[in-house]
Amino acid sequence: MSQTRAAPRSTVPLAADIAVRTRDVSKHYGTVEALRNLSLDFPRGQLTSLLGPSGCGKTTLLKIIAGLIPATSGQIEVSGKTVTGPGPDRAFVFQDFALLPWASVLRNVAFGLELRGVARSEREAIAEKYIRDVGLAGFETSYPHQLSGGMRQRVGLARALSVNAEVLLMDEPFSAVDEQTRRKFQEDLLALVANENKTFIFVTHSIEEAVYVSDQIAILLPRPSRVSEVIRPTGIRDKGADNIRRDPEYLDIVDRIWASLRSYVE
Amino acid sequence: MTIFGFRLPGMSSLLLWGLVWEIVGRLGITFFVPPLSAVFATLFEIIGTPAFLKALSETAYAFGVGVTAAIAIGVPTGILMGRSRLLDELLLPWVNIFLSAPLTALVPVLMVLFGFGMTSIIITTALFAIWIIILNARAGVMQINRSLVEMARCFGASPLAAFTKIYFWSALPEILSGVRIGVIRAVKGVIIGQLLISIVGFGALFELYSANFLMTHFWAVLIVLFAMAFSISELLAYLERRVSYYAAKR
Repeated sequence: MSQTRAAPRSTVPLAADIAVRTRDVSKHYGTVEALRNLSLDFPRGQLTSLLGPSGCGKTTLLKIIAGLIPATSGQIEVSGKTVTGPGPDRAFVFQDFALLPWASVLRNVAFGLELRGVARSEREAIAEKYIRDVGLAGFETSYPHQLSGGMRQRVGLARALSVNAEVLLMDEPFSAVDEQTRRKFQEDLLALVANENKTFIFVTHSIEEAVYVSDQIAILLPRPSRVSEVIRPTGIRDKGADNIRRDPEYLDIVDRIWASLRSYVE
Repeated sequence: MTIFGFRLPGMSSLLLWGLVWEIVGRLGITFFVPPLSAVFATLFEIIGTPAFLKALSETAYAFGVGVTAAIAIGVPTGILMGRSRLLDELLLPWVNIFLSAPLTALVPVLMVLFGFGMTSIIITTALFAIWIIILNARAGVMQINRSLVEMARCFGASPLAAFTKIYFWSALPEILSGVRIGVIRAVKGVIIGQLLISIVGFGALFELYSANFLMTHFWAVLIVLFAMAFSISELLAYLERRVSYYAAKR
C-alpha cells in the first residue's frame, strides 16, 4: 500500500491561515448578474476547487481573484492585502496554456521572471529547475508547437511555479489534454500540493477531478452564481494517490455532488 | 512543370515569351516593339552610364526613405488602432478611404504642397505603402489570443513590455505580409511619383527616352524596374515564409 503522502494537512484551518478571502463579491455584466455576494475562504497550503455547471461563474471568480477583471462590489484579500489588480503574489495557469508560440520552452517558462526584470542568467537557472521539476528536461530549446497538449500545460505550470507566487490560480488546466495525461497530471498535482507550500485555487467542471485533488470543494450554482456548499473530503486525503478512487468516501462524495448538480445541467 | 521527363526550373516560360517578343520585334511590325536582343544590348549599354546610375540612386533613395517612413509610422499606428477602440474609430474610416483612393490623383496636390522634387516623390511612395501596412498590423493585433494578453497582465507586464514582447511578435506574420504588399505598392508609388513629377530619377529618363522615341532605351529601363519590383517582392515573400512557420501553429 502506498502511504507516501506528506503528513496530513490540518482539516480545520485557523483564521490566520486563510490565504485568499473573498467577501460579498458581486459581478454584473450590464443587467446580467454573474456573481452575487460570494464569500469564500481559501486555506493556505491547500487546494480549493471551484466546481459547478458551465455558466456558473467559476472562471469569472478566478479571474476576479487574479485581478484580471474588477468585481462590481465586494473585496478580495490575498494574505490580508486587498486585491486591486494582478500582483506577484498570484500566478495563473491557463486553460489554453497561453504560451508564446515564437519562444522556446526555456523562454516561456522564464517569461514571468523576464517581465519582472530578473537578469537572464538568473531567470534561466530558475526556469531550468522548474522545467526539470515538471518532467520536461531535454525540451528546453523546443517550441510549443513541437510539444503535445499535456507537455504544453507542463510548460504553463512551470512558468507559474517559477515566479514563486504564494497562490496558484488554475483555470480548468487539464481540460484541453487527453484523459490519460489528465490522470497523470492529477497525481502530479497532489504531489505538488504536498511539496510546494502554496495555495491552489482550481477551477474544474469534472466532479471526479475535484474530489480527487481537492482539500476543499466549493460548489457554485448558477444564475446568479453563489456558493451552495463547501465540501472537505478529509477522509480520503491521506489514502495515497493510488487508493483514492476506490475509497467509499470518494464515491459517496462524487455521488452527493452529482445529486446536487444534476438539476442544473441541461 | 516537367516536359519529356525534364523538370523545368521556375519561370522558364519567360524564355518562351522572350522568344515571341524577339520574333515580333524582328518582323518589324511596329516601331514601338524593338527586338528583345536589341533591348538587352541597350540595357547593358546604359546600365553603367552616369544618367542611369543617378536615376537608380535617386529612385532607391526615394523608395528607401518612403518605405521606411511608411513602416515606421504604419506599424505602430496599426498596433495602437488594434489596441484602442477610440483611436480605431477615429482613424479607420480614413485608412479605408485612402486604401481604395486613386492616390495618383493626389500627386498634383502634393506637388503644390511640397514642391516639384524629392520630397513629393518620397511622400507619394509612403502614401502608396502606408495604408495596407496599418490595416494589416491592426488585423494582426486584433486576432491576438486573449489569454496571451491576460497572461502578460497576470505576470505584471508593463504596457511597453506587452507592446514589444507580446503584441508586436503576435502580429508579426500579418505585419510582414502588410509590409510586403505595402512595398509592392511603394514601387508603383515611387514610379508614378517620378513620372508625374518627371524631373528626377527614372521619371526623367522615361520622359527623355519617350520624347525622343528611343524605344530600346525605354524598354530597357522598364525591364530594370519590373525586375527590381519583382525581386523585392520575392525577397519579402521569402522572409515572410520564414517568420510565419509558427503562425499556423499558434
